[in-house]
Amino acid sequence: MTDMTQDYADLAPSASAKFYGRILPILLFALLVVVIPFLGPSRTMYSLLNVMAINIVFALSYNMLLGRCGLLSFGHAVYYGLGGYCAVHAMTWIEAGTSPFWANFPVFGLPLVGFAGGALAGAIIGWPSCRRAGTPFAMISLGVAELIAAAGFMFLSFFGGEMGVSGDRMNGPALFGLSMGPVEDVYWFMAFWVVAGLVGMYAFTRTPLGKLSEATRDNPQRVQFIGYDPTRVRYLVFIAAGAFAGMAGGMSAVNYEIFTPEAVSLIPSGFVLIMAYVGGIGYFVGPILGAVLLTFMQSMLSDYTEAWLLYLGVLFISIVMFAPGGLAGIVFGVAHTARNGETGAVLKRWGGQAAGILLALAGLIVLVEVSTRWSNGYGEIFEPFGLHLTFTNPLTWVLIVVPFAAGVAILRRLSREEDPA
Amino acid sequence: MTNALEITDLRKSFGPAQIINGVNLTIPRGERHAVIGPNGAGKSTLFNLVSGLFAPTSGSVRLNGEEIGGMKPFLINRRGLSRSFQVSNIFAKMTVRENVRCGVLHSLGQGYSFWRNIGSQRDVQEKTSAVLEHCGLIDKANTPAALLPYADQRALEIAITIAGGAEVILLDEPTAGMSHSETDRAVALIEKATEGKTLIIVEHDMGVVFNLADRISVLVYGEIIATGTPEQIRNDPKVREAYLGEEVEDAA
Repeated sequence: MTDMTQDYADLAPSASAKFYGRILPILLFALLVVVIPFLGPSRTMYSLLNVMAINIVFALSYNMLLGRCGLLSFGHAVYYGLGGYCAVHAMTWIEAGTSPFWANFPVFGLPLVGFAGGALAGAIIGWPSCRRAGTPFAMISLGVAELIAAAGFMFLSFFGGEMGVSGDRMNGPALFGLSMGPVEDVYWFMAFWVVAGLVGMYAFTRTPLGKLSEATRDNPQRVQFIGYDPTRVRYLVFIAAGAFAGMAGGMSAVNYEIFTPEAVSLIPSGFVLIMAYVGGIGYFVGPILGAVLLTFMQSMLSDYTEAWLLYLGVLFISIVMFAPGGLAGIVFGVAHTARNGETGAVLKRWGGQAAGILLALAGLIVLVEVSTRWSNGYGEIFEPFGLHLTFTNPLTWVLIVVPFAAGVAILRRLSREEDPA
Repeated sequence: MTNALEITDLRKSFGPAQIINGVNLTIPRGERHAVIGPNGAGKSTLFNLVSGLFAPTSGSVRLNGEEIGGMKPFLINRRGLSRSFQVSNIFAKMTVRENVRCGVLHSLGQGYSFWRNIGSQRDVQEKTSAVLEHCGLIDKANTPAALLPYADQRALEIAITIAGGAEVILLDEPTAGMSHSETDRAVALIEKATEGKTLIIVEHDMGVVFNLADRISVLVYGEIIATGTPEQIRNDPKVREAYLGEEVEDAA
């Protein structure tokens, strides 16, 4: 292409800035996804990675609403669930093979069915609920979530009652030579769709509608005075977010081969909010980090302690109170300071903060672990590092109070130094 | 030639409170018209009625001969009327360039499209750059709007307003809260940015008003008590009595 003389100032980032800032991270992510199987992960690890892929797409779709459009939804799992139900029904039609269309539809393509189902659900439910923003929108989303969760046990032919609807993914034509049976095959399916979802949702942020979505988040009133209807912007974004949530549902349908009404309940709706927020709603990558961490916590931490949800709650509240930028905010903050070369003093402060947090956390963990065991009354004892921490052991209480108090003291002191007022 | 704006017997009341009491105002195309009046006279309400933020209780507003009273703001905007706000009303988390880019989108037929890459729309980039250049914001193009100094936020407010290329521009106190040098810069910007367009401006700074306006209307208690050239307004005894007093002498 010949470079035409430009009679206007080109404000767009240079081609290399675009490459490093936009294309390269996606390529690295895709590369990571491709490389992982060659490191020989265990079956457990494969299962974990597959769930991570689902949650990454789900959390990113949630952030299309919260982070990019300023819409706080308490019912995003509705679109995940309805999309997933569509996909699992399609899976049974593929298995039945009676209609020529479904008989020739590969299971690999089921996320597309979920995508369409989620978009349709978003188009129908979004029509009334996007007329309001802010608190009314949040309330309506909660109401809709309750409504659909209740419907989950009523419309048996669609939701399948308590048993849900199940299917078998090893049917229909095999695409890319994947039988979809073993977890390794499912991994490649997940790898494809997580990258597709990520690219799709990132591309969305670069479109006129994606930019108008941010404008509507910042200032819906002004959007009206640049020729756009903020209600329409919200509605279109809502449909897109529903579609990608449905895609995650379709991935989940293939992974578990079953969908139950729990999928449309408030629990996954809350979980996706926490994933996106913990990761950082102000950054595109935030929900990815949140999805990875929380999926990991959900499957790994729950093996070690029954109180993992309590730790999740503490993490969520801490992020909301002390690091509203989320994990991504912390990561970018570190990178920013490192680039500006003021590392010495800053590193020292972070070291102090990390020590304070770890100490306080250690005290909290001892408290939680000892008291859950004591409260259960099965006579179990918390025995970390060979210690014998019963409820009545004075050492237990020393190990609760001393680290916690020390940690809090360090953190308070550091915050006073930072803000001498 | 039709007039840019024709306001006929426009009224607006909030409950029992009558804020606009039968305003009649005709503004020919290409005129720079200032609306002045004491605090609470209804100047901003008048702007809100014309731009669609409020629906009139009765009366008519015609833009280029077409009735727009009670229309949604975005529909009025698409018909070529754009306004700024008294308080900076910008997209705070987006950069200056993104702010202006949002402003040019509709006029270039981008609609609500989600199938185009905004970065590869050459006309969008060109127009955005032109508006930024025009408003002296080109050096701050990549600054988040919330971090701009106050005067630059006001300039951005005007940049977003003119970005869509509207023929009728309403500016609500564009120089409020500015220092003298900032005001001079803002007036130069307004003159340049509204060249060949119809401008209606609400302003408290009499220096700005008498310099800029072809005609002036004086709004008191929701009624226009006088309309005329700066000279006529300056010498109108009713105006002097109702509102201006010494200030006019100072400005003259």
